[in-house]
Amino acid sequence: MIALYGLVLLPLAGAAAAWLAGRASPRAPWSVAIATLVLLAGLLAYVTHAVPAGGGPWLAHVSAPWIPALGITLRCDMDGLGLVLLWLTVALSFPCVLLSSRDIADAPGTFHALLLATIAGVDGVFIATDLFLFFFFWELMLVPLYVLITVWGHEDRTRAAFKFFLFTQGSGLLMLLSILGLVVVHQHQTGVLTFDYFTLATTHLSPPLAMGLMLGFFVAFAVKLPVVPLHVWLPDTHTQAPTAGSVLLAGVLLKTGGYGLIRFVVLLFPDAAVRFAPVALALGALGILYGAWLALMQDDIKRLIAYSSVSHLGFVLLGVFSGSALGMAGAVVQMVAHGLSTGALFVIAGALQDRLHTRDLRRMGGLWPALPHLSATGLVFAIASLGLPGLGNFVGEFLVLLATWRVSPPIAILGAAGLVLSALYALTMIGRAFLGSPPGDGWAALPDFGARHMTVLGAAMALLLALGLYPQPVLDLSLPALPHDAARPIASPPVAPGGPRP
Amino acid sequence: MLALLPPLAFLPPLIVLCPLAAATILLLSAGRMPAPATRVLAAGAVGLAAVLTLWLAVRFLSAPPPTHRLDVVLWHWLRVGGFDARIAFTLDPLSLVMMLVVTGVGFLIHLYACGYMRGDPDVARFFACMTLFVAAMLVLVLSSDLLCLYVGWEGVGLCSYLLIGFWYAEAANGAAARKAFIVTRIGDAALLCGLLLLATRAGGLDITMLLQPGQPGGPVAEAAAALLLGGALAKSAQVPFQIWLPDAMAGPTPVSALIHAATMVTAGVYLIARLHPLFLAAPTIMAATAVLGLVTLLLAAGSALAQTDIKRILAFSTISQLGYMFLALGTGAWGAAIFHLVTHALFKALLFMAAGAVILRVHHQQDIFHMGGLGRAMPGVFAAFAAGAAALAGLPLVTAGFYSKEAILQQAWHASPLLWAGALLGAFLTALYISRCVFIVFLGPVRTAPTGRTEASMAIPLAGLSVLAITGGLIEMPDAIAPVHLLFRLLAPVLGPPPAEGGAEGGAGLLLLTGALAPLAGIAMAWVLWRPRAGTAAPAAGELARAARAGWGFDAAYGLLLVRPFLALGWLNRRDLFDRVPDLLAAATRWGAAVLGRMQDGRVRRYAGWIAAGTVAALCLAVRP
Repeated sequence: MIALYGLVLLPLAGAAAAWLAGRASPRAPWSVAIATLVLLAGLLAYVTHAVPAGGGPWLAHVSAPWIPALGITLRCDMDGLGLVLLWLTVALSFPCVLLSSRDIADAPGTFHALLLATIAGVDGVFIATDLFLFFFFWELMLVPLYVLITVWGHEDRTRAAFKFFLFTQGSGLLMLLSILGLVVVHQHQTGVLTFDYFTLATTHLSPPLAMGLMLGFFVAFAVKLPVVPLHVWLPDTHTQAPTAGSVLLAGVLLKTGGYGLIRFVVLLFPDAAVRFAPVALALGALGILYGAWLALMQDDIKRLIAYSSVSHLGFVLLGVFSGSALGMAGAVVQMVAHGLSTGALFVIAGALQDRLHTRDLRRMGGLWPALPHLSATGLVFAIASLGLPGLGNFVGEFLVLLATWRVSPPIAILGAAGLVLSALYALTMIGRAFLGSPPGDGWAALPDFGARHMTVLGAAMALLLALGLYPQPVLDLSLPALPHDAARPIASPPVAPGGPRP
Repeated sequence: MLALLPPLAFLPPLIVLCPLAAATILLLSAGRMPAPATRVLAAGAVGLAAVLTLWLAVRFLSAPPPTHRLDVVLWHWLRVGGFDARIAFTLDPLSLVMMLVVTGVGFLIHLYACGYMRGDPDVARFFACMTLFVAAMLVLVLSSDLLCLYVGWEGVGLCSYLLIGFWYAEAANGAAARKAFIVTRIGDAALLCGLLLLATRAGGLDITMLLQPGQPGGPVAEAAAALLLGGALAKSAQVPFQIWLPDAMAGPTPVSALIHAATMVTAGVYLIARLHPLFLAAPTIMAATAVLGLVTLLLAAGSALAQTDIKRILAFSTISQLGYMFLALGTGAWGAAIFHLVTHALFKALLFMAAGAVILRVHHQQDIFHMGGLGRAMPGVFAAFAAGAAALAGLPLVTAGFYSKEAILQQAWHASPLLWAGALLGAFLTALYISRCVFIVFLGPVRTAPTGRTEASMAIPLAGLSVLAITGGLIEMPDAIAPVHLLFRLLAPVLGPPPAEGGAEGGAGLLLLTGALAPLAGIAMAWVLWRPRAGTAAPAAGELARAARAGWGFDAAYGLLLVRPFLALGWLNRRDLFDRVPDLLAAATRWGAAVLGRMQDGRVRRYAGWIAAGTVAALCLAVRP
């Protein structure tokens, strides 16, 4: 299906258009970005609709030669997992642009161009099945975001962006080494030089070699997810990024880590992943507890939300390595729910910073009477974030814990203890920001959320509620795409040796 | 005619929908609805739910289905990887009794709240949370799947949080709300682990499937029961989780009546009664339930005796009465526990609402030692409070509390005379502390002159509940008085046949007499100690009284052992230990660059030296033998 390319090319074209529009008028790039996103949503709806019924786990496929001499093709395949995450990306791009970037005064054309380029990279990551192409997209989403943070970030943006770049780039190089290693081993065995995911999945690897190559991938995705102790770039980056950047980072970019763990760690190296699972499970539980504990200690509201992300994504790691379809499904639901709830929380934190010119919780308090709508939405998403049953986060956490309990009850108990801590930091945040009495002599008149914010955030809330009460569509989509063994028959034949497909 | 009636299965979801729809409308209106409309909507929705529940009860009881249950599957919630959970309701006698309590008492409290909250600017938020609570509680008691039950279980906890902290401008209220949520959340996490264990063992959480006869015993069964018990203890404010309930009195009084007396805190009792076959397979946990119930009962009664705040007296009393229910559960007296749950809901809601009426009339004064002589100024409220107090004390024959407490005492005797003796002491203490409260507040000299009137919307629920608190026990009486067993017979399909009143007839009669004398002795002693006298009354000031007033130091101990170390360690690590590693790497790089950079400082003499040293070293290597 050629439309898969469109998922990448459309935002890139939009980026170019937005950059050009920025020269015409300062408001035009925003409109261009909205139009691009609407078109992107339409294209994705078309792709979703065009999927043949009962066509197997791989829903769509497209391939074209790129560098035949090296066995590199422009191959993209989409499965249910990719589709879910593509929808999440589109859904979260709207609040980014609608709520956060309209008032960018500084070079709005470049800003929106970079934002759309990042989205293009993310879309590519979710569909690329040529490892070289995947790595290309992996880098494509990194660079624009780096610039976004360096130019439009907050007070300590240079250092934060540098840290973000070093961590992502350094771990990305490890992944590149693993990709090259895998390709070389495969060529050694079969004489075929290819970067094709499905062909490489059939490579026979000795256990130590498989473990080594898997670790290269794992570190790259573990940095992105993030996994404690590789999370240290995240609080700085999320805190210093402009609001749209924070939303995109937390909502979508972290999910590429979870996606990579599923697609390129567990499915590409199933045996090594099983052997590595005890370590990964322990790291997941550590992340849940450590992230929540540190979230509780933060005074900066964006840092608090950032650490809560570390905690939530520990559940994703648990689910991915629990070794069952149940855990994978839970991890996917958790990724979607976290994207919606944390993305919304970053919108709210950004709105608070715009109004109060501080992110320090010590200087907030008693905001509810001054900002009733903003406070109420803050409360709602904090409650979603603490995993209240009936909202999406609970479904993800429950499925993950159930899958974990089957493997290791002690780890599941530690994960459940994280739920207590999440209540602690979420309610503390609400209490410190919105309840109590205002510092000094009350708040001056502050602009509350208007209809635009309430509509977009209300839609996010409705999605979380739907995910919490009727997650079956997402579960069904995420399930068949997650065969635990990569040896499962692949829908399309591997690429012909060293050359373009006929 | 019958064909025109909607099918029975239609009613339970409709009853849940009534308060849920009201809550949704109130939330979406965001305070723009005028206050009278808000009141009518909220009270009307819960009232409609109550009427529908009554109608449902009549139809269910007049023509019970052959299995005594009605299953309503709403939709499949989760179906993945061999796990299946449904949003589904089961109507059976136990859930019917709970529904009657929730909607009936809930409606009266909503009516009362219409008057109590008059003039509050945030009345829409108040009623939104209250109606949402009723809906969540109904989901809790109707669910046929434990995961669906857990939705209601956490939902009521959330509403409790929102309502305790309703007056959010006061920082202490927010802290109390957080404390309540966090402490119960610890229990919720234990409950969730219990669900994980059960789901792993059985492949699902459908209650009927989990309770199939022939439960295997052993350590797994004990662990499952222990985890479920943990959840129940926290929700029902039993030792060691009881610390949140007294602070929860920071919420408006109707909230205390509905959530922290009549309904939510009894969820733990309901959970254990509902899952009693799992507990029967775990005798150790049963014993622990009974012992914890007894300990809670006595500790909380002792604390109630030393309190000076009228709402805190009632809060400790609630903890203590819930201890009776857990004692009953631990001895296998499921029916007696539910019976006491029902009567307690009636008389404790009444006590709270009467106390609220008093508090409104004496300018929000809550210290009983600043009240006094109020009986003359507000005879109606006095009568209502006295009826509730008599029922709580278990005044023989004429109150509901007597019959339900008697049922528990009988069972405790058969389980262990020691438990019985403890429960009897508790009955004595109960009568003592509530009589103290009545004597100090309503008799003697006037200390704060009351003003205003108690309006009709508050008086009507008081009158209605007074009648129920007196007569509600007549549905179930010991054989020695009259063989009436309406409740136990009704519940028999769920909770098993009612226990025979074992032993000789004379023995049962003697037990009954002892149980009847204990409250009388308590009232008499209270009269001796706190009967109206001239002069000022003051709270006891001894060491023991102070410890009792502080809830026996649980709060301080938890603070010292858990909260402080946790926060202190967190404070030390607030800058994130792992974040120092990259900083160290950066410092090392900078240091290394500085050191190596010094080699290229442009001084030719040093370069020559290095070249010479290098040459010598190379030569040495070359000529090495």
